[in-house]
Amino acid sequence: MEETVYDVITAVLMLGGALMSLAAAIGLIRFPDLLSRMHAATKPQVLGLLLFLLALAVEFRSWKLLPVLAVVWIFMLLTAPVSAHMVGRAGYRTKHLRPELLVIDELDDVVERAQRLLREAEEEALEDEDDDPRVDDDPGHSYTGELDDDEMLRARGTGAGEALNSDAQRPGKNPEG
Amino acid sequence: MTKEARMREGSRVPLLQELPLLIWLVFLWGALWQDFSAGNLIFGAVIAFFVANIFYLPPVELSGRFNPIYGLAFAGSFLYKLVQASFHVFWLAVFRGPRIRNGVIGVKLRSRSDLMVTATGHVLSLIPGSLVVDVDRSTSTLYLHALNVSTAEQAEKVRADALDTEAWLIRTLGTKEELAALRAETAETRKRKIGGRA
Repeated sequence: MEETVYDVITAVLMLGGALMSLAAAIGLIRFPDLLSRMHAATKPQVLGLLLFLLALAVEFRSWKLLPVLAVVWIFMLLTAPVSAHMVGRAGYRTKHLRPELLVIDELDDVVERAQRLLREAEEEALEDEDDDPRVDDDPGHSYTGELDDDEMLRARGTGAGEALNSDAQRPGKNPEG
Repeated sequence: MTKEARMREGSRVPLLQELPLLIWLVFLWGALWQDFSAGNLIFGAVIAFFVANIFYLPPVELSGRFNPIYGLAFAGSFLYKLVQASFHVFWLAVFRGPRIRNGVIGVKLRSRSDLMVTATGHVLSLIPGSLVVDVDRSTSTLYLHALNVSTAEQAEKVRADALDTEAWLIRTLGTKEELAALRAETAETRKRKIGGRA
């Protein structure tokens, strides 16, 4: 009798976890762009994994197993947001987003302002030192976040890649400060 | 003492600051062996000590304060939000799907400490529906991508929610100064609310 109760609890927990996997799958298919898909891909499994681990704990009822399960969830908690952030940030910076889906975008203004400041600083620097052939004269794509693959290739093709790289490595000029 | 000053003097990290890391490493060792007997834990402690000193990482600047009661309450509210938001995202995926509209919202946090900004961003990222896209460290501003935001009120709600999460974290493990600033702030808003009603 007791066994049956535990089995039922385990079954419910596992179904709950599976439901979260289903949510992730549906979200991946239905959501329209990278950033909203990131929500579906990374988030429901925080709860989903917890439910699966609880199911294991109920089924085995072993004190030795509990710390391992806790460690599994803690590492999930520590790593999931980092990967989500890295993909989201890379996606945003390389413009892999659909602006028409963003009703409010407060980061866009900040990036624009940072780019303008960078451009102004660069123009000043250009006026100071004489026309250096290694410096890219076109300030349009001096901000690394704006570089897409095509521009990178073009830059490399024309030999301006070096100037671009030195821009990228100059400290304190990106929007993070 | 700042990190730089300590490095200049070449002195070690104080043991008290290293202690949480060591305890965590010993716990991890015991958990992986599934053996919490004294012998195994002592051996784990020796290994933890060597690992922490040979593979040296910049120390996490803890505040030296931890309130377990607020910590438990925070864990409870976190689990509640996690369950609620998971089902909300599920609902959005099924019924809104391609018609979803989102927003990127800047939230200026109170605290300037790296630990607090990281922890807040982490917790917000774990709860479905919000994702940290970028961080401005100089002003400790988080840029959150939030699902299903189409009006200014909803954006304001996301902002208030993020600040609320930070407030809970400050109560749990913020420094004394941050806690005092938070208390002053809540007292002021309460006063303003009463004043507005009168």
